Amino acid sequence: MTGTERENCELAIIGGGPAGLAAATLAARLGVETVLFDEQPAPGGQVYRNIEANSRETGLLTPILGADYARGLDLVRAFRASGAGFEPMSAVWQVAANGKVGISRDERACLVRARRVILATGAMERPVPVPGWTLPGVIGVGAIQTLMKASGIIPDRPVVLAGSGPLLYLVAFQLAKAGAPLQAVVDTSGGSLASAARQALPILAGFAGDLLKGLSWIAALKARGIALYRGGYLSIEGVSRVEAVSFRSGGRRIRIATALLALHEGVIPNNQITTSLRCQHAWDRTQLAWRPETDAFGATTSPLVAVAGDGAGIAGARAAVHRGRLAALDAAFRLGRISRNERDDRARADRQALLREARFRSFLDRIYRPSEAMRRLDDETIVCRCEEVTAGELRQLIGEGFSDVNQLKSFSRCGMGQCQGRMCAGTIGRLLADETKADIADMGQYRLRIPVKPLPLAELAALGNADRNSGPVLEVADGDPSQRI
Amino acid sequence: MTRTDVIVIGGGLHGCCTALHLARRGLRPIVLEKNTVGRHASGVNAGGVRQLMRHTAEIPLSMAAMAAWETLAETLGPELAANCGFVGGVGQIGIAQSAQEMDWCHERVAEMHALGYDFEEVIDQEELRRLVPSVADICRGGLVSRRDGHANPFRTTQSFRRRAEQLGARILERTRVIGLEQGDGGWTVTTDNGVFRADIVVNCGGAWAWQAGAMVGEGFPKSHFASTLMVTSRMPHFIDPVVIGIDRVLSFKQTEAGTVVIGGGILGDPDLDEETAETVADRMMESAETVYEFFPILRKATIVRTWAGLEALMPDIIPVIGPSRVARGLWHAFGFSGHGFQLGPIVGSVLADLILDGESPIPLDAFSPSRFTAEGKLKPQAH
Ligand SMILES: Cc1cc2nc3c(=O)[nH]c(=O)nc-3n(C[C@H](O)[C@H](O)[C@H](O)COP(=O)(O)OP(=O)(O)OC[C@H]3O[C@@H](n4cnc5c(N)ncnc54)[C@H](O)[C@@H]3O)c2cc1C
Ligand SMILES: Cc1cc2nc3c(=O)[nH]c(=O)nc-3n(C[C@H](O)[C@H](O)[C@H](O)COP(=O)(O)OP(=O)(O)OC[C@H]3O[C@@H](n4cnc5c(N)ncnc54)[C@H](O)[C@@H]3O)c2cc1C
Repeated sequence: MTGTERENCELAIIGGGPAGLAAATLAARLGVETVLFDEQPAPGGQVYRNIEANSRETGLLTPILGADYARGLDLVRAFRASGAGFEPMSAVWQVAANGKVGISRDERACLVRARRVILATGAMERPVPVPGWTLPGVIGVGAIQTLMKASGIIPDRPVVLAGSGPLLYLVAFQLAKAGAPLQAVVDTSGGSLASAARQALPILAGFAGDLLKGLSWIAALKARGIALYRGGYLSIEGVSRVEAVSFRSGGRRIRIATALLALHEGVIPNNQITTSLRCQHAWDRTQLAWRPETDAFGATTSPLVAVAGDGAGIAGARAAVHRGRLAALDAAFRLGRISRNERDDRARADRQALLREARFRSFLDRIYRPSEAMRRLDDETIVCRCEEVTAGELRQLIGEGFSDVNQLKSFSRCGMGQCQGRMCAGTIGRLLADETKADIADMGQYRLRIPVKPLPLAELAALGNADRNSGPVLEVADGDPSQRI
Repeated sequence: MTRTDVIVIGGGLHGCCTALHLARRGLRPIVLEKNTVGRHASGVNAGGVRQLMRHTAEIPLSMAAMAAWETLAETLGPELAANCGFVGGVGQIGIAQSAQEMDWCHERVAEMHALGYDFEEVIDQEELRRLVPSVADICRGGLVSRRDGHANPFRTTQSFRRRAEQLGARILERTRVIGLEQGDGGWTVTTDNGVFRADIVVNCGGAWAWQAGAMVGEGFPKSHFASTLMVTSRMPHFIDPVVIGIDRVLSFKQTEAGTVVIGGGILGDPDLDEETAETVADRMMESAETVYEFFPILRKATIVRTWAGLEALMPDIIPVIGPSRVARGLWHAFGFSGHGFQLGPIVGSVLADLILDGESPIPLDAFSPSRFTAEGKLKPQAH
């Protein structure tokens, strides 16, 4: 049975990264009929993308991507053995509050009704709206890594990496090991990793390994003679594509000519589905992103839906495993497989591990907080890349009295394009808050409706398992085409 | 406490237009809007400006509205008028696929002629093809109203708001009317953002308008629905008219941006208390199917967004426009039942006439609040 023939399941898990894999494995072991959907061809998620193939065809990649990456194999193997169903290449375009999951696979769409849903959709790279960021040749640092993992593609022309966040040095290191022509790394975070680590020493006891790893990447890059800068006020030059990047560093302006520039400002929760479900969200003041509010098991304010992993707030791959297990325990309890006591007993170890992870995360959050220098928005900077709306246009509308992100959207089309506002949702709220001297937490989010991923009209027209007669009956005069609503 | 001569409840298109016309005639209206202007039906509708296939009771009002659309600059000034994005004269077409639908078109035109209206015409397949080259062979012809067109709903509502403000009206957003009381000094309007005094109150509360009625003990149908639209990614320009179905579920148009907005009575799940509505995939198929069959060019199109808006629904699907049947100085204009955008530029002007002159040149009897019983049911003879 494949996704488009399936009519229902007990537990639907969306996303096969560490959170989804751990959740599915445990839920299946507890006897819950579980199906995991992912739009990718193989399990692994962002962090362990394509891990089975990359470890089978060994050769290059695992040594380059490192031992952390290889660890994902155990998770995938346990999942494969667990008895949980797996639906790859299945893009989820809706999760309705009644548990109807809309998937699209092989050019067919259908609805699968689940009794409980765990969203493990992970993170996305935070968009970096600096002048010129929409030019061809400018991509995300994560996207470069994705190409490496998914297809073994390593950039063959000189590349500059700029931004902040743990992924910056990790990917730089991976690129350097793979022999990519890495021109320079520009670190835009406020302080230095070493000094921040010294300050935070007490809370970091036990994470020496992680810390040393970060420092060792930097040392390795230096040893290879790769130019490392600390900088800010990034500006990208180019006419039809990127030609150079310039930035301020130590009081002067540095310009590096390049045809490929990768930006990174950390990752943020991929919260399209929880937003479309109108789950309550909170503005995370450290991570500067919206995240769904959840209880200790990841349950959201939408009664059938839980979130696990980075989608519930960035906490990293190790934490994702524990959060996935907690959501699975709660699902097993709600579906009558285990008692409340058993759930709580089994949860203890994962809870403790999470607490431990949280300490390190708060350190990372602090040192990698997007710096003010990266967050300033020039009037010419494009905020919405789909509809090409600039910060200047939005500022003018705000000046005219628009006081709500959805009003701005309706008037300017900002956020109405193909990406459904993924790229500008954070920026527009920040702009509105800055201009009106208000708190960004009060600016609200875009109203989002299904489909959370574009859906071909042809697939909608032939939607499988739909209940056409589910609509309310309107009590109006009927039959005459002119008596229409 | 703020004192003024007239309070308008609701900052939709009808509330803003009413404020505009009352201000133009020298009053100092204050519009109270619980959310933001254009947040509901007026800002999110399909933007269809359609005289075609309307309920015959609405036709005189709709014709006057059409004239107002065509002379928007006189009401709004050139800049705000241009901002509405009104495109007239492209026509709206009801597409007939079956012989029965063609028969119905002929009957409809005969009925319209008998009533003295000549703006609807039956067209054959050749004329349909001329107007809409992209239509599939299965479409035989249909009914056209050539002056019809479309406009940008959110921008239109904003333009009426701005003009009303220029003329001296005040618009207060995030101000919810929670009480309405009549005393010696006129109306006391209680909100979550202060108390207001006024001689006259106009209820343009859209899907929530029955609540203002209830505050004075006047019953109206509480029925409402969530009309759903879906929109495609941008496509090369391929169609000018707005097309609607006759027996089949369909309504669509291509916007200036190139996106195609598809509707046609797809129902979402309304939530009046949360003041929002969900769109429901199960119920979008029929519309998608019709589009797919009628317009091969759209077979490769992708739906990128859907949304729904809340709209009051009267059992006879025509609006309520007129004086309260229980209190003096209270006026109603709501219940547009899914097609009130086209009436946007006229209802406020008609209300200003009714309020200030006691009469309107346009026949409004069919819309009278008195067609409902005290409990808010349609009286039997009103059909
Ligand atoms: C580009 C990128 C690269 C990263 N690389 C690393 C790294 O190398 N090392 C590291 O420690 N951390 C990395 N991270 C951070 C990392 O994502 C997390 O810490 C970890 O992967 C979170 O695990 P997760 O299970 O929450 O989600 P993820 O691992 O992100 O898995 C989410 C899965 O959900 C699927 N999905 C999402 N939405 C849908 C949908 N609508 N329909 C179907 N499937 C869907 C995705 O295809 C994905 O497989 C990266 C993040 C990003 C954005
Ligand atoms: C999806 C959709 C598509 C449509 N397509 C078309 C079309 O193509 N052509 C067409 O002609 N018509 C169309 N319509 C119908 C049209 O949009 C409406 O008839 C029209 O906008 C109604 O305007 P209104 O001002 O009465 O209502 P609204 O725009 O709903 O305004 C009423 C306002 O009153 C406010 N309010 C209510 N109660 C209170 C209170 N107690 N205190 C303060 N404020 C209050 C509300 O917040 C609201 O903003 C469509 C409707 C929808 C939903």
